[in-house]
Amino acid sequence: MALKMVKGSIDRMFDKNLQDLVRGIRNHKEDEAKYISQCIDEIKQELKQDNIAVKANAVCKLTYLQMLGYDISWAAFNIIEVMSASKFTFKRIGYLAASQCFHEGTDVIMLTTNQIRKDLSSPNQYDTGVALTGLSCFVTPDLARDLANDIMTLMSHTKPYIRKKAVLIMYKVFLKYPESLRPAFPRLKEKLEDPDPGVQSAAVNVICELARRNPKNYLSLAPLFFKLMTSSTNNWVLIKIIKLFGALTPLEPRLGKKLIEPLTNLIHRYVTTNTALFIQHCASIQLCVQKLRILIEDSDQNLKYLGLLAMSKILKTHPKSVQSHKDLILQCLDDKDESIRLRALDLLYGMVSKKNLMEIVKKLMIHVDKAEGTTYRDELLTKIIDICSQSNYQYITNFEWYISILVELTRLEGTRHGHLIAAQMLDVAIRVKAIRKFAVSQMAMLLDNAHLIASNTQRNGICEVLYAAAWICGEFSEHLEEANQTLEAMLRPKVTTLPGHIQAVYVQNMVKLYASILQQKEQSGEKEAAQEITQLMIERLPQFVQSADLEVQERASCILQLIKYIQKLQIKEVPVAEEVIALFAGELNPVAPKAQKKVPVPEGLDLDAWINEPPSDSESEDEKPKTIFHDEEQRHSRHKQPEIDEEELARRREARKQEQANNPFYIKSSPSPQKRYQDTPGVEHIPVVQIDLSVPLKVPGMPMSDQYVKLEEERRHKQKLEKDKKKKKQKKEKRGKHHRHNSLHTESEEDIAPAHHVDIITEEMPENALPSDEDDKDSNDPYKALDIDLDKPLADSEKLPVQRHRNAEDLKSPDSEAPLAEKKSKKPKKKEKKHKEKERDKGKKKEKEKKVVEEEEEKKVILQDMHSFRKSGRILVLCCLRFLKHPCDLSLFFPLLHLQTYDIQGNLQNDSQVTVSVIFENKSTSFLKSMELNVLDSLNTKMIRPEGSSVHDGIPVPFQLPPGISNEAQFVFTLQSIVMAQKLKGTLSFIVKVSGGGTSSCCLGNDEGSTHEKLDFKLHFSCASYLITTPCYSDAFAKLLESGDLHMSSIKVDGISISFQHLLAKICFHHHFSVVERVDSCASMYSRSIQGHHVCLLVKKGENSVSVDGKCSDSTLLSNLLDEMKETLSKC
Amino acid sequence: GCPRQQTGKIHFILLFSRQGKLRLQKWYTTLPEKEKKKITREIVQIILARNQKTSSFVDWKDLKLVYKRYASLYFCCAIEDQDNELLTLEVVHRYVELLDRYFGNVCELDIIFNFEKAYFILDEFIMGGEVQETSKKSAVKAMEDSDMLQETVEEYMNKPAF
Repeated sequence: MALKMVKGSIDRMFDKNLQDLVRGIRNHKEDEAKYISQCIDEIKQELKQDNIAVKANAVCKLTYLQMLGYDISWAAFNIIEVMSASKFTFKRIGYLAASQCFHEGTDVIMLTTNQIRKDLSSPNQYDTGVALTGLSCFVTPDLARDLANDIMTLMSHTKPYIRKKAVLIMYKVFLKYPESLRPAFPRLKEKLEDPDPGVQSAAVNVICELARRNPKNYLSLAPLFFKLMTSSTNNWVLIKIIKLFGALTPLEPRLGKKLIEPLTNLIHRYVTTNTALFIQHCASIQLCVQKLRILIEDSDQNLKYLGLLAMSKILKTHPKSVQSHKDLILQCLDDKDESIRLRALDLLYGMVSKKNLMEIVKKLMIHVDKAEGTTYRDELLTKIIDICSQSNYQYITNFEWYISILVELTRLEGTRHGHLIAAQMLDVAIRVKAIRKFAVSQMAMLLDNAHLIASNTQRNGICEVLYAAAWICGEFSEHLEEANQTLEAMLRPKVTTLPGHIQAVYVQNMVKLYASILQQKEQSGEKEAAQEITQLMIERLPQFVQSADLEVQERASCILQLIKYIQKLQIKEVPVAEEVIALFAGELNPVAPKAQKKVPVPEGLDLDAWINEPPSDSESEDEKPKTIFHDEEQRHSRHKQPEIDEEELARRREARKQEQANNPFYIKSSPSPQKRYQDTPGVEHIPVVQIDLSVPLKVPGMPMSDQYVKLEEERRHKQKLEKDKKKKKQKKEKRGKHHRHNSLHTESEEDIAPAHHVDIITEEMPENALPSDEDDKDSNDPYKALDIDLDKPLADSEKLPVQRHRNAEDLKSPDSEAPLAEKKSKKPKKKEKKHKEKERDKGKKKEKEKKVVEEEEEKKVILQDMHSFRKSGRILVLCCLRFLKHPCDLSLFFPLLHLQTYDIQGNLQNDSQVTVSVIFENKSTSFLKSMELNVLDSLNTKMIRPEGSSVHDGIPVPFQLPPGISNEAQFVFTLQSIVMAQKLKGTLSFIVKVSGGGTSSCCLGNDEGSTHEKLDFKLHFSCASYLITTPCYSDAFAKLLESGDLHMSSIKVDGISISFQHLLAKICFHHHFSVVERVDSCASMYSRSIQGHHVCLLVKKGENSVSVDGKCSDSTLLSNLLDEMKETLSKC
Repeated sequence: GCPRQQTGKIHFILLFSRQGKLRLQKWYTTLPEKEKKKITREIVQIILARNQKTSSFVDWKDLKLVYKRYASLYFCCAIEDQDNELLTLEVVHRYVELLDRYFGNVCELDIIFNFEKAYFILDEFIMGGEVQETSKKSAVKAMEDSDMLQETVEEYMNKPAF
């Protein structure tokens, strides 16, 4: 053994360390695989040694190789060995390797439980930390159950470093072991108010994640989060909280209203000076959308993307505002960035209206033609279909146009979405009865040109549309004008190259066509033509009989026999058409996809009860197929079951018929031929505005849909003119009669009457269907397990399993998992802990002084953190935007610039001027220049601008600001009255120049460029700022008081704890007074305004209070001054 | 697709070079090795194919990729749809800053040769897909303190054994 150790350390100098391995791989680019397999062999040798350092080195190398894609699962046990090393360095490598390659399937993972527990309770916080970090990657349900209690204990660890990690990992534990949520929750909640910001933020993170999935359980925490939101300075935390409220507000609408204020404040706080926040009213939305427009027009692609994203949020609540920016969004479709194009497409979906649908789709069609890359083109295609078909074709006013669009889309080569187009064609043709004639003619054209569509059947999804075309032509063959020609097209030999399922539909539907032609010929007495068509079928059908596809073959041979029989009858001159047509009689109605599910189970029917006696136990499980019920049903409708005798069969058949007759959802096959071929009122009563198709269809070189756009425009124009005329006529007549049903649309929308009075057949639903949509919920949602009532008190049985020492008590009752035993064994632990905590407390006191310094440091760090948001102050704003129903002004970005008015001083020389000194401090890492300050003048207060400039011009700040520098500038204002405080709104605009190598990320670089930014602020002119500290002698003061023409007012403030001296100093400093005389706790003070008002004060201090009596030549000024003073004093 | 189980805020982080070589991968969702490889390959391809001047965001399956290129390295995070893109960019940037502070003018080679350190720094910053330390200073301090414990080993490994 000793020898082995020595050998190990000698060998080590020949070992490769990680750097050698990396270098080696880089030097063996030609034969990398070979080199690495050689290395792995070496590593395997190293792992056999007893030296833990060598093992750790080997594991470290393996982790690297794992990243390159090599399997290292075979070394799982060695990794555990390294994890168990006592030295931190090795342990850390072991845990890293484990976190990279362990997963729930790793079988040795259960061996780690005890090791991890040991590390969690290690006195070295980094051991504990590394264990927690590792665990967060590979925690399994077993580990979560066994360690939940240990981790929960760590949430109260003395070191915040451990606490925050423990809190974060709890989320993973909850997911893996949901039972732990209730017992751990109180402590987690406590952590929301942890003194350490890191721990607090971790707790917020975890609860936010939990609440996002099951918000209703966390509503009770809203007040706490409310408090946090108003007190926290950590942006990461704030963003999380806002997100959480986003999840809570839908459940508690009152919350939303309550939130507006704190959110506003929040933003204010970061903008330092007050800025108007526009919420709720429509004008602000306009403004907001306009700001977003600026973002979208920005050259920065990220802003563009986010602008579009935010736009789509607004779209949901204010579609009108967004719709006016259609041009811009359509422009984005030309962007070279696919992410942006997709966002724009998303937006368009919500923007369409009856008015603009055709135009938008036309633009999209152009993009389809231009699009490079099939993925984007496919995306466009699906979007076009989505846009048109949304809310039950709500926006389509002209279905002929839509069918034409679909037909045009079939020219797309190589799309995967042929089936989508086909589904639309079918849906429209079935549900819009008025369009059938037109649809059939278009579909016939498609069938005729099938060779173009199906030219390349390999990887060509578009041939799916032939499926729809064939079905529509067959099903609605009565509308077909040249049925013969279409039948011929369907019988072409080329058809046999189509996929089997399409051929099958061809075969089936050519019979429908055939039946229709037959009837037509028979009725008109063209016997020969009727026989010819039969002959054609008999000649061509055999090519399908030979098909390799079973479905095609079966149908074809069946039908061939049928037609041969018909031929026999025809030769005998028996009229046959009526009977043939009866084969396909009956109207097909669309059934809602969920219809079956929605049928309520009839009372008294127990679906779980056995229908027949359960099979005896001796039968093995696998002998009876699980789907027995289902299978049976299919079978008996298809073919005979030999063991059932004829009588039974007949009885069943009868029963089934009865049942079907009673079942409204069963599509009846019982023939009712008249119903279909006599004039169906459903079709005929619908008035169809005929459009002369023959003209537009023959315009060469123009896509058909475009012609419809033109036609539609003309039609709308005409309609409008007519309407206007009518309106004039009807003006005196009763109003409202003319208005159409839908009041939701605006007038302009309503003006557009559809070209056809479209009767869109809604999908059928059972009469007593349950309206709920609950069945849509995903039952596999892993978060469902965490939907736990957190307010219910904990039961004993819910306590987390605690690892116990095998003490005597346990031995006595080894099999009873009684909670009593748990409690008893827990107690000594607690005592121990308390003791330990006391010891720690002692140490803490010593650290306290240090801590204060650290806290100061911490604050600085937080400040720095805040500034790392400089560019991304938008984050918070966008966050709010997502959350608020009424988004706020986007200009509220975090300040790059700190603006502080440190003094507003009255001007002695001029009785109507004040000078405002402003300190500009650049807190960003960028260079700021071209600053311009502007305020919105009021009637009373105006900024003095250079001669010749208008009120709207700003005053340039006479300097530039490098990062971290501050400077001062002065601005002069004139005022008329000074008796009231004033507030002026202002804006500072400036240019941010992003320097190449900032302080951070020196090597990796930063994007260059400069941006225009602005900062809104408010200037507050207090009444005190109009006062000028003026000394006054006591005799002059006495005279003044005696003069008698002064107004008087007084205030009293309670709860003053500072000394009288201090108090006077405050009044002097903040309110520009000077002390005239002081006797004990009583003092007289004086000041003068720039306009010559005298202000005299008598300040008296009581036990805990202070009273101020004032006299002044202007009463308004006095009361305002005293109010201001009251505010200052109440802060003392 | 990428199963939506056990998700944190960030699903995974990938660092890769312009040549498509993976430099670091951290998964905050448990997936089979095969799946990870497939996803990595797909994402590296998608991002490398994108123009330099495009946005930093790509919709991918039901997730969103947020990436940024620093010199020759791409940093890419996968987040959920309702998560904040800019914040994620900030996370990426913060990680780069942390690397920069730790290595001093970090470059790709630093990350290649000290890849375990790059992981340790990431672990101090993000845990289970959530940002655990918002203070740069604390993260770096934790790194340095644990390195102090390591010192002995560095010596051990670098010292000639004879």
